[in-house]
Amino acid sequence: MADSIRLKVSRYRPDTDSEPHWQEYDVPLRKEWTVLDGLNHVKNEIDTTLSFRWSCRMGICGSCGMTVDGEPKLTCGTFLSDYAPGPVMIEPLANFPVVRDLVVDLSDFMEKLPRVKPWIIRDDDHRTVEPDVEYLQTPEELDAYKQFSMCINCMLCYSACPVYGLDPEFIGPAAIALAERYDLDSRDRGGRQRLDVLIEHEGVWGCTFVGECTRVCPKHVDPASAIQRYKLKAAMETVKAFLLPRGAR
Amino acid sequence: MTRRRIEPLVWLMFSAGGVLAAVFLPILALLFGLAFPLGWLDPPDHEHLRAVVGHPVTLVVLLGLFVLMLVHSAHRFRYTLYDGLQIRKKRTVAVLCYGTAIVGSVATLAVLSAAA
Amino acid sequence: MTELRLYRRPVSTWWWTRKRSYFVFVMRELSSIFVAWFVAYLVLFVYAVGRGEAAYQRFLDWASSPWVTVLNVVALVFVLLHTVTWFTLTPQAMAVRVMGRRVPAWQIIVGQYGGLAVVSGFVFWLVTR
Repeated sequence: MADSIRLKVSRYRPDTDSEPHWQEYDVPLRKEWTVLDGLNHVKNEIDTTLSFRWSCRMGICGSCGMTVDGEPKLTCGTFLSDYAPGPVMIEPLANFPVVRDLVVDLSDFMEKLPRVKPWIIRDDDHRTVEPDVEYLQTPEELDAYKQFSMCINCMLCYSACPVYGLDPEFIGPAAIALAERYDLDSRDRGGRQRLDVLIEHEGVWGCTFVGECTRVCPKHVDPASAIQRYKLKAAMETVKAFLLPRGAR
Repeated sequence: MTRRRIEPLVWLMFSAGGVLAAVFLPILALLFGLAFPLGWLDPPDHEHLRAVVGHPVTLVVLLGLFVLMLVHSAHRFRYTLYDGLQIRKKRTVAVLCYGTAIVGSVATLAVLSAAA
Repeated sequence: MTELRLYRRPVSTWWWTRKRSYFVFVMRELSSIFVAWFVAYLVLFVYAVGRGEAAYQRFLDWASSPWVTVLNVVALVFVLLHTVTWFTLTPQAMAVRVMGRRVPAWQIIVGQYGGLAVVSGFVFWLVTR
């Protein structure tokens, strides 16, 4: 194995640059080093001005998503040795505006996520419910939604989704997968409220089942599956609304 | 309460058309598009085809198949235009696509009933 | 706080040529054109059959001409792409449960190919008997 590997990193300084440009750095190529380790080496030893997000370095916080050689990846779980001899192209996550260097603006997702009400919605009056009482759930009931609960909001799916790239109104894979996670949760009663949001055009209908979101998801959430299942659910509700008299709905 | 929406119903028709196209088109295309015209298989007697095509059940089945496949095509192509050519005039594209499907469906009905 | 000057990267019209998975997706979507072609072709075929023996023969002759044949071959390839991708994606698009247990994806896919075989056999028999 060679001693070092070249990183080709996208730099953008809003106060001086009109557009991003490349800057190259040679970092040690160690067997166990990830792209994130390489970037931290750059920041610690070579160029302290490089900006990027990271936190847990173990694939659970969702902070370190970037585009590596054209693919959205969590840099803490992407090994430099897989790209030897290099160079490795590192760019900010696609489909998001760039704030600086490898940092992107995620405020669009932050606005979209609460729209799907990603929390347990009950129809009890909370004043009459005993405090500190558990809502029991069987293992089968947990299995119904568990996969969709693994989302770490890393945004790799939004980065991979061509529909989101072309139509920023699209609410996006993670938001829909999280809505489905709550709809499938036996403790939840909020399906109707989420349906009213997702049945809009910028909800589920923009999705053309490309499937890239599922392919790039580091936690195997399978958002594409959640979206198609949601479309079928929404369609069935619409059929029922047409067929049943008002009183029965 | 969900107010009456058309997109979910169009999507259902798109899905039904997709299933029917996946299951019926390979054999129909192979036989009528290639095997019979090219003589790989002897084309059926005109008498026999006329009888099959003239049967009322055939009319209903073919009408259902063709209309749903046209809606499937229109729906998919509409989104291809949005994402592929990045066309901004979305309502125009939708009207053109489904409009073509409707025109095609009417023509299909006319031809099938004439043959019946 | 200083004003945020965000850089928005434009999406090229050729975005779908950059990755194999995007390219296959767009080819799959373009199959819709060929589905519509076959509907038109089959309706024209029925029209010819309805107009009599001579019209039927003329249609078969037209259909055997080089351009129509090439078009039908290309169209058939796209239709098969549609069939294969549709069958493969169905298990992902719906959770099928039989007696409380989820049906495994491979069974759903095999089931669909079974359906394809039955339908193809039926149409073949109906048309050639």
